[in-house]
Amino acid sequence: MLTSANLVWLIALPLFSSAILLLAGKRSNSWGHVLATTVSASAFTVGVIEFFAMQGRPEESRAVTQKLFTWISVGTFKVDASLLLDQLSICFVLLITGVGTLIHIYSIAYMSHDLDRRRFFAYLNLFIAAMLLLVLGDSYLNLYVGWEGVGLASYLLIGFWNQKPAYATAAKKAFVANRVGDVGLSLAIMIAFATFGDVSFAGIKEHAEHASSTQLTAIGLMLLLAACGKSAQFPLQSWLGDAMAGPTPVSALIHAATMVTAGVYLITRSNFIFDQAPIAQLMVLVIGGVTLLFGAIIGTAKDDIKKALAASTMSQIGYMILATGLGPIGYAFAIMHLLTHGFFKASMFLGAGSVMHGMKDEVNMRKFGGIGKFMPITALTFGLGYLAIIGVPPFAGFYSKDKIIETAFNAGGVKGIALGVATLVGAMITAFYMTRVVILTFFGNERWGHTDEPHESPALMLIPIALLSVGSVVSGFVLSKGQGLVHWLEPIVNPLKEHHAEEFLPPIVVSAMTLSVVVIGVSIAIMKYRGDQLAVAPVNVSSLTKAARRDLFQDDFNETVFMRPGQSLVSNLLNLDYLVIDGTVRAVGSISLTAGSKLRSLQNGYVRSYALLTVIGALALLTVIWVVTA
Amino acid sequence: MIIAGIISVLPSKNNELIKRIAFAGSVIVALASMFLAIGFDKSNTSLQFVQSNAWIPTFNINYAVGLDGISLVLILLSTILVPIVLLATWHESDGGRWSSKAFYILILVLETMMIGVFAATDLFLFYVFFEAMLIPIYFLIGGYGSDNKSAAAVKFLLYSLFGGLLMLASIIGIYVISGNQIGATFDLTQLATLEIDNRTENLLFLGFFIAFAIKAPLWPFHTWLPDAAKAATPGTSVLLLGVLDKVGTYGMIRFCIQLFPDASKTFTPIIITLAVVSIIYGAFMAIGQKDIKGLIAFTSISHFGFITMGIFAMTSQGMSGANLYMVNHGFSTAALFLIAGWMIKRRSSSTISDFGGLQRVTPVMAWTFFIAGMSSLALPGLSSFVSEFLVLVGTFTRYPIAAVIGTIGIVLAALYILIPVQKMLHGPIAAGNEKLADLSLREKLAISPVILIIILMGFYPKPVLDLINPTSEKVVVNAGYTDPVAKVVK
Repeated sequence: MLTSANLVWLIALPLFSSAILLLAGKRSNSWGHVLATTVSASAFTVGVIEFFAMQGRPEESRAVTQKLFTWISVGTFKVDASLLLDQLSICFVLLITGVGTLIHIYSIAYMSHDLDRRRFFAYLNLFIAAMLLLVLGDSYLNLYVGWEGVGLASYLLIGFWNQKPAYATAAKKAFVANRVGDVGLSLAIMIAFATFGDVSFAGIKEHAEHASSTQLTAIGLMLLLAACGKSAQFPLQSWLGDAMAGPTPVSALIHAATMVTAGVYLITRSNFIFDQAPIAQLMVLVIGGVTLLFGAIIGTAKDDIKKALAASTMSQIGYMILATGLGPIGYAFAIMHLLTHGFFKASMFLGAGSVMHGMKDEVNMRKFGGIGKFMPITALTFGLGYLAIIGVPPFAGFYSKDKIIETAFNAGGVKGIALGVATLVGAMITAFYMTRVVILTFFGNERWGHTDEPHESPALMLIPIALLSVGSVVSGFVLSKGQGLVHWLEPIVNPLKEHHAEEFLPPIVVSAMTLSVVVIGVSIAIMKYRGDQLAVAPVNVSSLTKAARRDLFQDDFNETVFMRPGQSLVSNLLNLDYLVIDGTVRAVGSISLTAGSKLRSLQNGYVRSYALLTVIGALALLTVIWVVTA
Repeated sequence: MIIAGIISVLPSKNNELIKRIAFAGSVIVALASMFLAIGFDKSNTSLQFVQSNAWIPTFNINYAVGLDGISLVLILLSTILVPIVLLATWHESDGGRWSSKAFYILILVLETMMIGVFAATDLFLFYVFFEAMLIPIYFLIGGYGSDNKSAAAVKFLLYSLFGGLLMLASIIGIYVISGNQIGATFDLTQLATLEIDNRTENLLFLGFFIAFAIKAPLWPFHTWLPDAAKAATPGTSVLLLGVLDKVGTYGMIRFCIQLFPDASKTFTPIIITLAVVSIIYGAFMAIGQKDIKGLIAFTSISHFGFITMGIFAMTSQGMSGANLYMVNHGFSTAALFLIAGWMIKRRSSSTISDFGGLQRVTPVMAWTFFIAGMSSLALPGLSSFVSEFLVLVGTFTRYPIAAVIGTIGIVLAALYILIPVQKMLHGPIAAGNEKLADLSLREKLAISPVILIIILMGFYPKPVLDLINPTSEKVVVNAGYTDPVAKVVK
């Protein structure tokens, strides 16, 4: 395999920049954001150069590696700090650094009033470095470093304004939920090592076919648990809504376009495990299907624009996860949807940020309305993202989502119908809640209740949004042209070698069905939200709406099942430790004190405890000698 | 030791001079130990730098010392931590019951004992250091600690003496046996060759093991530790948890396993269970602590569970991981205790809820605490991750269920670190915190090497692993174990 000396710079540049900003502190106030943005752009440049170099090479020699040093080596457990850039990771490198750089630029303006802007940029660079390590590591353990690294960056950024207790709590919640997922990743690595004696992708791939299905299923399920944590999939989804506490560029970059899709990357990267572990693959489908509906339902009831978009992200990643469960061709479509979603969701989040910027940081859509005419560019770009996500041709989402729905139907049998229907229903709900967001925000009566008119954002914010919305328009077409992405990824996931199953439904029928449910979803939303709205949410609503507003009771569930029992366990243990364990010790102590004082009267004031212990010791000694010599 | 002697003859009025001499001396010792490490032959697994002089010829007791990879890294840990502690806690001794001079003499005497206990290759010499170590630490807690110090010091002493006496009984026992078989000796290498019948071996093993389990401390022998850690000065706590307690886990490797391989095997299921209980129990207790020192103490109990589990997993990954864990835990706990000590001193309170918003008042102090905390929860990229993962993977290949339960500890670790981080560093600035001063230059100088080590050892643990690996593998092989092979053979 070819080696390249450039890969390490992808990670090292943003990492050093982050360290410099953190160490320099206030001294970097005036230039911190410039350095961070330049570094991010440089990483993107390296990525582009590597991409064209890769494209110029024949298919079998596209992947490049770089071994840095031996990281851990004990017995047969050998892990190198080593990077791998192949057809799959280059997609992510371009997405991370490309969208990342645009969001850096946007943040210069968005965060310009924040006293700690340099720290924000330090965290952003830290995130870029960790995320690149996640996708470039050539073994599960290297990936793990990036995996927890992005978790750390996410924690720091969610809690960027941690002087507000609720935000600090949101950050902690995200970290802990992610750690539950990390248990899965840790265990997957351990099982892999016990099974293969190796934790590198190449090593495991080579021997995967010789492992038993139990071992592969165990690894697969643990990897799925990891993916659930990072990608906010059911049942570890509850942190994502709260994570919107972070500044909006963070929501766009980390909690929409990149980090939360790491689970999709992990499963795609581990295709050699899942392809041979049908039970794990089935669970992937179930989790994906449940989450895509779960997120969509929550999305219909959220009045906070960022939380509505977060629910939508959860749902869209549900689509991707479901796609990865559909076998070889599914991986390619999952990655395609991941990339298009990266564009349109980031663009919409930045659009939401732009609205907040013009609306004094208001996030409640009930207090928006009619903003379109004050912020035309924001409205237009948001609209393009909207058309992309609901899947109107020829916008990006149409290409990527339709393929997933089609492949779901083609999975065959009851499974195929169930998955197909789930994805279709999801598409309908998506059309509904996204239309709701657009109407409530940009159309209808003005409900913000103060006289200051919203103002359009500065160019530094609008240009990145505009560039991203170009992506939401054309990326689907570009990626699917001549099955470009599918062919590109073929060496990694073997999509075309698959025995092609009989098509359950021809593509044109699927497209027609999808478009009709989208039209239904949009129409319902228009009927429901046309005309004047109140600035407060209606109280008298159906129990389903109430449930959706409470995130389908996800927090109530976690509190009842984990948090409160956990708290009472802790307080019981505290009592146990004091009363029983230490109590025994104290009892022995007080007996010895009593005995000691008696002994003292006998022995004219020796230190009492010493005395008793000497006696005990001597007895023990005699016993042992007796035992030994007997 | 010599430096302690010099200090003792100096007039006690000249505090500053004493402190400087003590610090300079400890730096020299640290440098000397680093030279020792450079001169150490990594590929050679037998003892190096061996010295042996007859001490009490009547009982064939020798002043015999020597180093292998495991003892070397622990000595390095001790000698590097002492100057850091001295620098970090420059004024710690000022308000004590006795003079600063006494404090510095005690610390340096303690350092001598710590080096001795890790270097001793004569069982009796080890025992002498093991017990004599208690004296300086007893006076350090009792003389310079905070409220409740006397009770905590006595509790610590009684616990330790109890364990020590059990061990003494075992030592005499094995000495008697050696007299019957090969001629009475306390030499470790010779003792390891003894043939002992099962029942006796089990009893002798227990004598050692309980002493070490108290020292380590392993659940349920742990209750002295939180009290001692709460009462002691931060510097003393660093040496107590960072180094002294390692004598327990070191002893398990050096004595329990090497002298009594069969008994070790017999008791392994029980010990692994206790270790797993320690991991989970310590973590839950840490989550419930209201006192920051108590919290750090309980996190250590959880970490000692990991170390013990790694040792008795009897795989090269588990053993090396446990050894590396001892070093890493020494540094991350040192950082936590020192920084917590500075916070406590500034705020005059060790209650977690008395703090809040420190990130905005004292950013440097908050950041160093955060990094130390991240190391404690074993964030990849920081030192503890390497050792914790090695322990887990090494345990998994032999005792998967124990490893799975241990892995749950990483979620609890996130809680016990992030809860105090949130309460103390985040949120609005709490009353009484507004005017706290950030770290001084001296404090920054003291803590930066620790933070640097934590980061470097996370990315590049190889130099230390190279020292540890050969000895660890030798221990595992000598105990009659081989690493489980991967199920799918290449």
